Amino acid sequence: MSEQLHDIRLTVNGAPRNVVVPARRLLSDCLRHDLQLTGTHVGCEHGVCGACTVLLDGEPVRSCLVLAVSAHGHAVTTVEGLTRPDGRLSAVQQAFRDCHGLQCGFCTPGFLTTITAGLRDNPTPSREQARDMVAGNLCRCTGYQNIVASVLRAAELAAADHDRRADAS
Amino acid sequence: MIPRKFGARVARVEDERLVSGAGAYLDDLGADALTLAVVRSPHAHAKILDIDVTGALEVDGLIAIYTYEDLDGPMADPLPLLIPHPALSHGRTQYVLAKDEVNYAGEAVAMVVAVDRYAAEDIVERIVVDYEPLPVVVGIQNARAATHLVHEDVPGNVAANVVQQVGDAEAAIAAAPHVLELDLSIERSAAMPLEGRGVLARWDPDFGRLRIWSSTQSSTGVRAAVAAKLGLDLSDVTVTTPDVGGGFGVKIMHPWPEEILVSWAARRLQRPVKFTEDRREHFVSSAHERGQLQHVRVGFDDEGRLLGLSVRFWHDHGAYTPYGLIVPIITSTQLLGPYKPDAYRVEFDSLYTNTVVVTPYRGAGRPQAAFAMERTMDAIAQKLGIDRTEVRSRNFITPDDMPYDHQLTFQDGRPLIYDSGDFPQSLATLKALVGWDNFTAYRDAARAAGRRVGIGLACYVEGTGIGPYEGGTVEIETSGRIKVSTGLTSQGQGHRTVFAQIVADELGVSMDDIDVVTGDTDRSPFAVGTFASRAAVVSGSAIALAARKARAKVLKLAAEALEADPADLEITDGVVRVTGAPGAEISLGTLAVLSNPLRYAFDEQSKLATQFTVGDSSQPPVPHGEQPGIEGNDYYSPMQATFANGMHAAIVETDPVTAEITVLRYCVVHDCGNIINPIIVEGQIHGGVAQGIGGALYERMAYDEDGQLQNASFMDFLMPYVTELPDRIEIDHLETPSPLNPLGIKGAGEAGVIPGSAAIASAIEDAEGFPVRAMPISPSELFHLRLRHRRTPADAAAPAQPERKSIS
Repeated sequence: MSEQLHDIRLTVNGAPRNVVVPARRLLSDCLRHDLQLTGTHVGCEHGVCGACTVLLDGEPVRSCLVLAVSAHGHAVTTVEGLTRPDGRLSAVQQAFRDCHGLQCGFCTPGFLTTITAGLRDNPTPSREQARDMVAGNLCRCTGYQNIVASVLRAAELAAADHDRRADAS
Repeated sequence: MIPRKFGARVARVEDERLVSGAGAYLDDLGADALTLAVVRSPHAHAKILDIDVTGALEVDGLIAIYTYEDLDGPMADPLPLLIPHPALSHGRTQYVLAKDEVNYAGEAVAMVVAVDRYAAEDIVERIVVDYEPLPVVVGIQNARAATHLVHEDVPGNVAANVVQQVGDAEAAIAAAPHVLELDLSIERSAAMPLEGRGVLARWDPDFGRLRIWSSTQSSTGVRAAVAAKLGLDLSDVTVTTPDVGGGFGVKIMHPWPEEILVSWAARRLQRPVKFTEDRREHFVSSAHERGQLQHVRVGFDDEGRLLGLSVRFWHDHGAYTPYGLIVPIITSTQLLGPYKPDAYRVEFDSLYTNTVVVTPYRGAGRPQAAFAMERTMDAIAQKLGIDRTEVRSRNFITPDDMPYDHQLTFQDGRPLIYDSGDFPQSLATLKALVGWDNFTAYRDAARAAGRRVGIGLACYVEGTGIGPYEGGTVEIETSGRIKVSTGLTSQGQGHRTVFAQIVADELGVSMDDIDVVTGDTDRSPFAVGTFASRAAVVSGSAIALAARKARAKVLKLAAEALEADPADLEITDGVVRVTGAPGAEISLGTLAVLSNPLRYAFDEQSKLATQFTVGDSSQPPVPHGEQPGIEGNDYYSPMQATFANGMHAAIVETDPVTAEITVLRYCVVHDCGNIINPIIVEGQIHGGVAQGIGGALYERMAYDEDGQLQNASFMDFLMPYVTELPDRIEIDHLETPSPLNPLGIKGAGEAGVIPGSAAIASAIEDAEGFPVRAMPISPSELFHLRLRHRRTPADAAAPAQPERKSIS
């Protein structure tokens, strides 16, 4: 028997997207396999590792725990959407590069999206707050040392960006 | 002069892609591929009576279902036993799909090909397998008791019994003034990369060729294994390793049944087929490690010097032995660490249980080895009332003893000979870093404030960079870009960066002009794999040698073109210049053009090399004995391993009420010879230490007596988050170059994890005042140890037996 399909509309990384999915399709699978946005990775499929974290209307969610149909009408930001419009890396992405905040890179997209939202809410985290910000994501490579450093570095880079924009205006 | 890249804190070249979401991991490939899913045994030990697929045939999206009955030829034979050993008298391997019997919960029984994973799982659910359950063997004690057998034809559940000895340890112990015996236990854990296994295959029916992408640590190994099973020539199979989301050893195991099945199905169906493992499958059907019981007998003098050491241990290798005896052999040989016992005897049994197979996980038998040796050192110190660092010092191999021959056979079948290392200096550095000599005052002050803190240390020596060989190819393109290839694979180590650093120095080019490819059998058909901390040592050396060949050719061609003496030439930033003659220069790209005499011109550059433009008509266009192009190609095949070493110290706090254990500080002194890139080495140590702390305090495979893994998810298998780790992992480096290879380097990938359980057990023991002989240790286990030692305070100083709450 055939599954019932649903037309859904999402705004993904700023662009409107229409997808036809069965009700049980996970948002993570929809992003990866229907929209070919494979930057979002699936590490555990039960919401523990955080690798699949995307921003849903700006808030971090585990896309492996969200049904694609329930994201209908909402805005999704994936790691591909963090890069600036001119192709340059965002402050968080650049900080991971500067601080060797990744090794295999598989968990990294979930950290990048989580920290992007975290720094929006708290642009000047203390070291303790930086640790808290990444405390829900698993990384098996880095021991988190350089990820915490990346959070602090990203805050510095974002502040410098902000100052530059303020100077320019 | 361009500053040398070797040794510099160079940012990784891999990262821009990876932070942009542009990585290409296995499941990101093959959008058009069919999905393979596997029906797995729910029983740990059972006979298969019947497989009924009728209920699955109506499911939308079904392409095919296969069972063992569908296999023939080599496909119907057991999977290869990868590393045979004369002592492995009863090695057994599984079939790609189970034949008549299953021996662990998770073993592949049938396979489904469907249009996507959702359909495939619907189908898997509807396949009914009738089993007759058999008695299950779980845990080393049950395996030893052999009341039941995993394999009917393997007596005592023993796959191998191995003994190595130097001198007469038993006699030395009998004659020693002091003797101690320790019973020790290390539980099962697993590598747990964030990306599980995965494989994609495409069959090209027009040319009869198979293309495979696998998330593996050995592309050439997968290629050879699949070719053998499918009856293909090696040259008709290509294996490419895409971005790999971590390995830590588990992905050196090959071929997985799924690697064979995907390839076989792709050819049979003439359509691309992909398998992407889910997390539960990774727990129950890939591989685990650790898992040993150990009995140590040691004889020593009044100063704490070892006179004789006898170690008997039992290694749980799970249901099959696809990777041979590598893990217990490493334990048995690396156990000696930086010390020289006068006489040593080691004996182990490698035992079958009805559990997932055991193959190397980062450290590969060394964490168990360090645990045995370092717990013994602490016990000697306790017995004699000597400082723990002092006992170790008195037993060190000194720099003057190097090279030091232990007269044992190492995991590569070669003599165990340490090449270099300065253990006294390493210990002095560690003591300074952690503040060893001032700790008593800190502990006393903490105790006065009602807190319990303790300090511990552990040392190790790690054989790295073993053979047989790796190769490197360095090619200069006419654009001036440098193309580097080596056949071993990458799982996040930063190989592209460190290999580019090596080539940048050797050739005098910018790192920006270098592209490195790893793990592609089309580019590098001869290679072994990434394991045993060998990539930098073996491939790094091969690439350096290859770059030197390319450089020699560059200088020869440039000397002719510039009419200069090769000794007067230097290469900087991709341009060859005559020293002291400004303007006399030629770029590597132009030399590449001139090195390849052409009949046809494709652009302005290639015009320079066509037949009416260049060449001496009295000579062949390619001079005798030369090859066209500028390509250096070489192999490095080490005589033996090169031995890195390190020492870790941990300071822990244990909660007097809840028995919660917190690592307050973790200090590492690490010596991996010359360091190519300190950022990357530190990153490797950070990750290793995190796995070491995880292994010491949290991670275990909780099998019940029926062989069901009770914690097969990230909810229940507790890998450390940032909250479980100390704020800073403190690192100091020593660089004692290896005399064995052209770059003086040693491996660094596994080191961080090795002494974790030993160092933390030492620190908990120091905080609590009673022996800790079984790891990992949970707050609950520590609490129960406290109760036992409180009940019988007189026993508090005596060795305790391992206390186990769960089996295995």
